[in-house]
Amino acid sequence: MTGALEGLKVVELASEHAALAGKMLGDLGADVIVVEPPGGHASRAYGPFADDVEDPERSLWWWYYNTSKRGVVLDLTTDAGAAQFRGLVADADIVLEGETPGTLATLGFDHHEMRADHERLIWVSVTPFGSEGTRAHEPATDLTLLAGGGPAWSCGYDDHSLPPVRGGGNQAFHIGSTWAVMGALTAVLAREVTGHGQHVDVSMHAACNVTTEMGTYGYLAGHETVLRQTGRHAMPTISMPTQMRCADGRYVTTGFPPRSQRDFESLLEWIETLGYRDEFPETMLLDLAIERGGVSIAEMSTDDLARDIFGAGREALNFIAERIPAEDFFIGGQTRGLACGVVASPEEAFETEHIKARGFQVEVEHEQLGRAVRYPGAPFLMPASPWRISRRAPLVGEHADHILRRDPQ
Amino acid sequence: MGALSHIRICDLSGQLAGAGATRYLATVGAQVIRVEDPVKQGTWDIVRGAGPFVDDRRGIEFGSGFNNHNVEKLGIALNLREERGKELLRALVAGCDVVTENFAAGVMARMGFSYEELRAIKPDIVYVSNSGFGATGPNTAFKTWGPIVQAVSGLTFSSGIPGEAPAGWGYSYMDHMGADIMAVAILAGLIHRNRTGEGQWIDMSCTEAGTTLVGPDLLDYTVNGRPLRRDGEPDSNHSHAPLRVPHGIYPSEGDDNWVAIACRDDDDWQRMAAVIAEPWATDPRNDTLGERAAVQDALDARIAEWTRARDRFAVAESLRAAGVPATAVARPEDRIDHDPGTSEWGLWPTAHHREMGDVRVDGIPLHFSETDWSIERGGPCLGEHTHQVLSELLGLDDDEIERLAKDGIT
Repeated sequence: MTGALEGLKVVELASEHAALAGKMLGDLGADVIVVEPPGGHASRAYGPFADDVEDPERSLWWWYYNTSKRGVVLDLTTDAGAAQFRGLVADADIVLEGETPGTLATLGFDHHEMRADHERLIWVSVTPFGSEGTRAHEPATDLTLLAGGGPAWSCGYDDHSLPPVRGGGNQAFHIGSTWAVMGALTAVLAREVTGHGQHVDVSMHAACNVTTEMGTYGYLAGHETVLRQTGRHAMPTISMPTQMRCADGRYVTTGFPPRSQRDFESLLEWIETLGYRDEFPETMLLDLAIERGGVSIAEMSTDDLARDIFGAGREALNFIAERIPAEDFFIGGQTRGLACGVVASPEEAFETEHIKARGFQVEVEHEQLGRAVRYPGAPFLMPASPWRISRRAPLVGEHADHILRRDPQ
Repeated sequence: MGALSHIRICDLSGQLAGAGATRYLATVGAQVIRVEDPVKQGTWDIVRGAGPFVDDRRGIEFGSGFNNHNVEKLGIALNLREERGKELLRALVAGCDVVTENFAAGVMARMGFSYEELRAIKPDIVYVSNSGFGATGPNTAFKTWGPIVQAVSGLTFSSGIPGEAPAGWGYSYMDHMGADIMAVAILAGLIHRNRTGEGQWIDMSCTEAGTTLVGPDLLDYTVNGRPLRRDGEPDSNHSHAPLRVPHGIYPSEGDDNWVAIACRDDDDWQRMAAVIAEPWATDPRNDTLGERAAVQDALDARIAEWTRARDRFAVAESLRAAGVPATAVARPEDRIDHDPGTSEWGLWPTAHHREMGDVRVDGIPLHFSETDWSIERGGPCLGEHTHQVLSELLGLDDDEIERLAKDGIT
């Protein structure tokens, strides 16, 4: 069985910005050739490293973001390298790059000209602020993009003497890369109708700006400024805590409080089973909730009692959470139909029976280490054209022979 | 003429994680027909009628989040508890390329719209489900919202300051990323269908999608056996991989004002030290990354002392002018009303909602040179386009449409 993007050829210039986009296209079945400068791309120097040995072939950053790609080294500043790059692009459906605006044009690879020569070509640029405009040349990193684009303002703690927090894990690049894939695939579908490729210009700053939920639409609609709050939604006003430290010291999120009659029945049953009916001070409001058939969010803005009942549901979850271990809370709540979650570290998230049962743990062979390595697998299961890590990330220049040795005819 | 003007989507999804996916597709021309429940007045979707609000009016037509996430869609009301309602949905599906939903796993099948049933109606249908844990596996019945997905996928834990509780994400990050990855699934499913003629059921687990976003930390565990649950972690304002120092968010003049600074290498630090121009900064003992990393906390304290006495925009500008990545931590008003990076992009288009009027909404963070996106129409009122869709797409006459409304089907 082949991947959904079987037959699409992608030439990716190695970058931090678009590496995940190339991986997504490759894992979806496209033939992705990642082009690195002599010596390999700078991200090969990013840790952590396999067995903590610093080596360009052992960067776990490089490994993760470059699966399902083949690799070549080209020096685009030389005539030979430039000609080979043009040769690759001539065969490609998509060029994916994250260079500083103007850099490629200076080297003679202006996408307008290259697309004029190759009208089906789709050229995707992933840059901090887009290809043009006042800010196009500002230096930026994952941190400054998340801080300047909105996400960080909403993330952090109730205690505002602590700084706003950058969400971990290169998320500005992830946001930009995911939009790059959306744009690239949209352009592929448009090309099926028009016959023409086009330029897809992704601004990571713009992408962060529209990845902030109420932080943005609350201001656009109501000129509200949200305030960051520990482990829960930033809101214009301070809300009740939802992230609780459990009896074992680990955290849970008590989720979105009960609203339906059945939810309130489950909650009351849980409190009674644990023996807290008399100890929990707002049991009466839970009884009331059941009597009136639950509450709805729309009622909150007009009905004080609905608001009190909603609050009591939240209090009840928090009350239970503080008294039992985190995993027991998560399972106890969810088996009763109450939405809640345990705050898992990445490794804990990965080592669940659920994830194993769905085949999310994928083994990728790293023959130079003499062993296979487990990777996170598919973000979605598509059985007719499975998402698949077809190969480990390439070594520096690994596929030069196959890719660059072209028939002289 | 949008990029996807040839695509029609029967959209049973909602909230933010589903609505965000089809929202994007609608802005690039797909005809997205959002189906809502007239009996519950569409309130399965918790943002329908929820604040923030544009004025004092309240009710199901005044939620700005719903408006924001449903621009450019058509909205119809259909009571799927009734056989006649199901018949109409089947007729609609027959004319669609894609069916989308993000109910809890199993809900569609219980309503009589499993993949097998959808495929019997339209053999090459691309059916995309987005649920918290996916349609199979021991936790499939578990319910989630964005913050729960973020918690169980590892994203919440990865964000914070050492010694504190996890800070997590102050909004439903995975409703955005879940929606975006769901859009990728829809697009990939269409490309596969167009090449092979084959439809399929794409089963997305939003939790697994979330765990793909903590990749390098996870490989540190699977390769090196090093868990992220360890002393000193999470520490996400610093940069360990790649190692960069200084790298953080520092206080500045005023109340709750902050500036983010990231020195990528020794050269960035030299330039920053020259801007600071104080002996502690230009001290040659700070010249190399290794030396700075060894005194990171002390260096952070010095920098914070320097930034605290200064305006956040002035600090960021002086550093950027020297070539060092820096920015004020943007408040909503900074980035929405005073930022050429968003205004020149056209990032805040005005959409017209039938009841709310003209409201600014999120734009799209990419531009297409030939078939760009467009946002003009706001989110649909409940059943706003029922007549139009039943008449134009399904060919029903006015009497029949009126009868359906009277019988509580629409």
